[in-house]
Amino acid sequence: MALSTTLSWAIDLLAVLLLALGLKGLSKVRSARSANGLAALAMGLAVVGLLIQELPGPQAWLWIAAGTAIGGLAGLLTAQRVPMTAMPEVVALFNGCGGMASLLVALAVALFQSSEAGLVEIVSIVVSVIVGAITFSGSLVAMGKLQGWIATPGWTQGQVRHGVNIALALVALVAAIALPAGPAGPALPLLVVASTLLGIGVTLPIGGADMPVVISLLNSYSGVAAAAAGFVVGSPLLIVAGAMVGAAGLILTQVMCTAMNRSLLSVLFGGALGGGGTGHVGGGGDEAGYSRITSCSAEECALALEGAERVVFVPGYGLAVAQAQHTLRELAKLLEAQGTEVSYAIHPVAGRMPGHMNVLLAEADVPYEQLVEMDAINPDFPRTDVVIVLGANDVVNPDAKTDPSSPLYGMPVLEVDRSRQVFVVKRSLGAGYAGIRNGLFELPQTAMVFGDAKAVLQSLVTELRSAA
Amino acid sequence: MNGLREALWVLLLGSLLGLELIGKVPPTLHTPLMSGANAISGITMLASLTLIVRAGDNPVLLLLGAASLAFALFNVVGGFVVTDRMLAMFSRRAPAERGGRSN
Repeated sequence: MALSTTLSWAIDLLAVLLLALGLKGLSKVRSARSANGLAALAMGLAVVGLLIQELPGPQAWLWIAAGTAIGGLAGLLTAQRVPMTAMPEVVALFNGCGGMASLLVALAVALFQSSEAGLVEIVSIVVSVIVGAITFSGSLVAMGKLQGWIATPGWTQGQVRHGVNIALALVALVAAIALPAGPAGPALPLLVVASTLLGIGVTLPIGGADMPVVISLLNSYSGVAAAAAGFVVGSPLLIVAGAMVGAAGLILTQVMCTAMNRSLLSVLFGGALGGGGTGHVGGGGDEAGYSRITSCSAEECALALEGAERVVFVPGYGLAVAQAQHTLRELAKLLEAQGTEVSYAIHPVAGRMPGHMNVLLAEADVPYEQLVEMDAINPDFPRTDVVIVLGANDVVNPDAKTDPSSPLYGMPVLEVDRSRQVFVVKRSLGAGYAGIRNGLFELPQTAMVFGDAKAVLQSLVTELRSAA
Repeated sequence: MNGLREALWVLLLGSLLGLELIGKVPPTLHTPLMSGANAISGITMLASLTLIVRAGDNPVLLLLGAASLAFALFNVVGGFVVTDRMLAMFSRRAPAERGGRSN
């Protein structure tokens, strides 16, 4: 017994060390993949350590096997089949399930806790239930919004929602205080229901554009929920790992907010700024706001491409939605074949989530060297013949540099307006995520190519092929 | 728990570690990092396992434990595999790793 305790203790320490190294390695391109494997190994070690110490009986093994088979297999299949474009939704789904796991553990302990449960136990159960339930329902709402299954209901944009959410939080608080009276009473179910509704209530008003920030924050919550579950079952390893993820998630959330020029408070409580991903709730900036717009056909755009020596693509959310990254790669290959220099300008928040665009383009076999980050490519725009903006909007808005009254003012943008010719491929003149007008569209060197990104790229490919 | 005080120290130091570990992250890695951290948060499966082992013959506890284990493992396995899929795309230089993937 003593030996196995010492052994599992040593394994736990090693697991924490590897988890920390894994998390650190994940933040560097070179080491990221092996770090991910390291973290997975650490998790496996932690399980082994626990099993050595607890020595499950035959019946426990049976239930462990059942849970492992169902959860592991479902996770594996989901992860292997999901298309890269749906990554943010899937991360949200996984995250919600992590919250659910913490919630269930806390529920089980609450239902059968020994009578002498102290304040610490009660508090950690309450925290675990509340945070777990919020993580679960919030993540599912986030997923639904990203998938376009859930729209942003009008009432959630009014001040009413704050009242509703505060009421829900109060109900949860009252239920939490009443909990020690006995697990049989209505307190526990009330706590679960109020927390779940609160998770929905705080996530529903947030627009699709801000969803990545929300998912990152919920990810941090699920770390907190895990740490709380660590207090519930008395596992220091769980507390360390949960706290680590909780804190790291918070940092990542902050980094994302900075990149999007949004403050966390306005994301959480400001409501939707135009409805973003769900294409619902027109905020400001409708089509009437523009004059002097030049639009052109795909043929004219192809003609300009044929004569260009240097072309830069600016891929954005619209490209991801249209799943047009492969067609884009095809077009780039044709251009390269005619001797044109091609690169891709990647804004830090391009795509549906920071870094998402890099993943999508890598999937389409775009060479890593051609993906150029904002700071590196901005000086090159003046010597660029043609820029094609594909479903990006706010990240190329020159008002962010010049117009102090623009909500985007101060956000670093891609300075495509300094290049010789700009084509903006867009479905319509509708506002971007943030519902902000874009001065780029009215510049003399800018022409709009209206249409779905994939369809436009396809006709560009056809045009270039027939010309060759 | 060997005492609330130790547990709180662990919580504090763990949080500080988390704050320090992720300093400068290139935007390229935001999504994979989020996904990887998300997989790690499935560590709550340790609590599920503990619950099952200590459940004795209580069928409700066993069921709740197994259900939470399934949810947690869904998070862990799915999270790590998805992260690996994303990161595999950045390490193009090793062509042997491609192929065989459905996407």
